[in-house]
Amino acid sequence: MVPLSYYLVLSGILFACGVTGFLIKRNIITIFMSIELMLNGVNLSFVAFAARWHALRGQVFVFFVMVVAAAEAAVGLAIIIAVYRTRETLNVDQMNLLKL
Amino acid sequence: MQVSIAQFFQRSDYLMSLPMILLTIFALGILLIDLMLPDDWKWANAATAFVGVLFATAGLIKVQIALGEAHRQMVPAFMNSMVIDRFAIYFWYLFLAGAAVAILMSVHYMDVEREHHGEFYALILFSVVGMMCMASGWDVVLIFIGLELMAISTYVLVGFLRRDRRSNEASLKYLLLGAFSSGIFAYGLSLLYGLAGSTNLVIIRQRLAQQMAAAGDHADPVAVLALLTVATGLLFKIAAVPFHQWAPDAYEGAPTSITGFMSVAVKSAAWAMLLRILLLGLAPLHKIWVPLLVFVSIATMTAANLAALTQNNLKRLLAYSSIAHVGYMLLGLIAFGSANTPSGVDGIRGILIYLLVYTFMNLGAFAVITSLRRRDVIGDEIDDIAGLFFRAPTESVLMLVFLLSLAGIPPLAGFWGKYFIFLSLIETGHYVLASLAVLYAVFGLYYYMRIANAMLMRQALDKEPLKIGGSMAAALGVTALATLLIGIYPEPFIRAVDWSLGLSQHPAIAHLVK
Repeated sequence: MVPLSYYLVLSGILFACGVTGFLIKRNIITIFMSIELMLNGVNLSFVAFAARWHALRGQVFVFFVMVVAAAEAAVGLAIIIAVYRTRETLNVDQMNLLKL
Repeated sequence: MQVSIAQFFQRSDYLMSLPMILLTIFALGILLIDLMLPDDWKWANAATAFVGVLFATAGLIKVQIALGEAHRQMVPAFMNSMVIDRFAIYFWYLFLAGAAVAILMSVHYMDVEREHHGEFYALILFSVVGMMCMASGWDVVLIFIGLELMAISTYVLVGFLRRDRRSNEASLKYLLLGAFSSGIFAYGLSLLYGLAGSTNLVIIRQRLAQQMAAAGDHADPVAVLALLTVATGLLFKIAAVPFHQWAPDAYEGAPTSITGFMSVAVKSAAWAMLLRILLLGLAPLHKIWVPLLVFVSIATMTAANLAALTQNNLKRLLAYSSIAHVGYMLLGLIAFGSANTPSGVDGIRGILIYLLVYTFMNLGAFAVITSLRRRDVIGDEIDDIAGLFFRAPTESVLMLVFLLSLAGIPPLAGFWGKYFIFLSLIETGHYVLASLAVLYAVFGLYYYMRIANAMLMRQALDKEPLKIGGSMAAALGVTALATLLIGIYPEPFIRAVDWSLGLSQHPAIAHLVK
């Protein structure tokens, strides 16, 4: 059986990849995918812990995280389309109308 | 073995969540009715939403009576995932008040923007349901769902002016940073689940305390990581420095009535969640989070007050001022967390009173800014408010009241929030923090007076008199009345806060409250 720590390290790596992607990428869609990657890291760690505790609550949380991610994607893509309509670009560096 | 739903959910569960159920029904109703309404009947959506809030308030009174009749401090519902106690009821009232005033402010404004759709009001009601889940969550699953329900509704509300480039951009920034912080928050929750084996805050607290005791009062590194990630998510939501960057952008770009709604109701909800998690679930780790909060609150007060000094956009200025207010409120939490004496409770009282008075004075200030919007004038720059006294004397006097209250000048409501926070700091011996906070309050006075100066002393750039509709007048009246009333006669409100904290029962504290 694969030990618990393997799953946790993998989930940590997935999460860290997501955070890094969020910070360094400039395309909105890629940034959005990085956030989904973070949530998948969270899911993996919940499932691993649920297996360790032999309890269902962790798995239930994963279902809710997936639902939330889907809702966020629906709203997020709608907002991205609205932004693209008014600016014709998906580069976050061009989103500079509001600043100090 | 047969297991039926009836065994899990009892009748009382539905009674206790009556306000949420009513709000959901009304929100869905608005979505349906909106399809059938002709264009010049769109105000009916606002009316429906307002009636929905009134019904939810009636439901909440029923919940409160039921709680009193049961003679219990709290009633768990839905298999312990939700807890209805006085703390939750207090916050539910706050959310409903914030939503009601925001709806009143929106009617004319959304008409001017030509974006008068039913979804707008339905989303406000949905986000209030999410806030209610956050304030009464006992289980991190429910808290997370409530947080996302509120946040996703608010993302859409911020970007509601689809054709406005600023609104789009604000919505996008809010969405990306909000989703990012939710991800970090969820990771922290998964670590807490791994440590405790349960998602219930009470069990998390017990297990953390046991593990700390077994390890000789040292926290597990994983527990520290969980605390840091959860705290990051929480501080993001209340917009504390260094996680505040989204707030000024989202506040500036959003429709003005939604800016007001976000700065009070959404913020109160984030505070309710923060208090629940830090004081209930993560209480055993208070030796770690108190120094963290000291750093965060000093950074918040410094950065926000200095940044507010140079703003020329009213919405942005008030956004920074709202960040600064979060810094003051965090001080109350520090006073409570660092002292286990009854005097520390004053810090939590201070936070609750602060949130109450802040709801009214800040919404009032945003209501005045909202009323500046006309067909061809955006009305959110300081120049737009210049000479307001000569165009609309009543509104400008009310704005002055709100500004002085925000600055914390004594006969007004804002004074009492600051009073209890500073009192709790002095009682627990944080003299340096208290003096620093007073110093920054003086900074605050400067930038609020800059607005007042423009309003009273400068010449009006356009002379057209301000037209105030009936609903806007109601919103201004309610907020101004509350700001004055709480300021002059705060006793019943302080007693309400003590009631919500269950203080009157506690013998050690009863004599302090009188």
